[in-house]
Amino acid sequence: MNDTWLVVLFVGIATAAFKASGPVAIGGRELPPRLLRLVEALAPALLAALVATQAFATDGELVLDARALGLAAALVAIVFRAPVLVTIVVAAVVTALARA
Amino acid sequence: MTTEPAVHAFRDSLRRGVRDAVPLAIAVALFGVSFGVLAKSAGFGGIATVVMSLTTFSGAAQFASVSIIRDGGGAAAAITAAALLSARFIPIGLSVAPVLRGRVPARFAKSQLVIDESWAVASRGGGLFDAGALVGAGLLLYVAWLAGTLVGVAGGGLLSDPEALGLDAAFPALFLALLAPNLRKRRLLVAALLGAGIALVLVPFVRPGLPVVAASLACLVGWSRR
Repeated sequence: MNDTWLVVLFVGIATAAFKASGPVAIGGRELPPRLLRLVEALAPALLAALVATQAFATDGELVLDARALGLAAALVAIVFRAPVLVTIVVAAVVTALARA
Repeated sequence: MTTEPAVHAFRDSLRRGVRDAVPLAIAVALFGVSFGVLAKSAGFGGIATVVMSLTTFSGAAQFASVSIIRDGGGAAAAITAAALLSARFIPIGLSVAPVLRGRVPARFAKSQLVIDESWAVASRGGGLFDAGALVGAGLLLYVAWLAGTLVGVAGGGLLSDPEALGLDAAFPALFLALLAPNLRKRRLLVAALLGAGIALVLVPFVRPGLPVVAASLACLVGWSRR
């Protein structure tokens, strides 16, 4: 097997296994209150980390580029209670203009 | 559990998930095109590229591993990088596990529709998730990702430059929009700030993917206090 198919096979297996681990192990069952309290804070922690890395990181380096302007514009949209769709479009348009 | 109202409720939230994911599907499809083009330039055959989008369904893992192969990094490095990037699906999967019901094969199938975007769209705050919205958004984004990959493989690379359109900024904007309602609760605000802080501090020092995984530790903040 060449590198290409090795990568397809093992990246696929690893990603599928990670995605499935929680739902297959405990799927459908109510979490105990203490664990639910953890999961409640897990979403904002992960969302914030995704915002930070996708807006300010490229290939293991911190960068400040057009995406930061787009994110700032998104923040303004959110403060003015824009729908999610509008927020996303505003971010993309501002980023595209900054790059043009 | 499968009474009529429950089925209707599931169908409604499925539809809501599809609707909420439409703008994301456009961005995901265009990134699918550029993935197809990138994989071709890395020497991946058309079938291998499409099979990867079918079975992996994670932009981050696919872009990273294929780029490493293109740059001559070897299979082991490519697989390691992708596994690190996908490790965040362990905490993400855990957070949606309570609402993914059914037998093991059904739970497995639904769990594969979890990507950052479908998970975010299904988030209802307070640690709660909408299974229907997750499946609806996940299915639409899956189709978009596959369609984009096919177009890219078929040589449609000239059609799109997602970054010129600013679409890479659409995803952090989405996550910020879905994060915002959480921030009124003090403990969740602290968890978010801590999560972002941990991730940013680690970015220059560890392999890509690990910062987000480490950020999940921020959920421990204020846990023991009632």
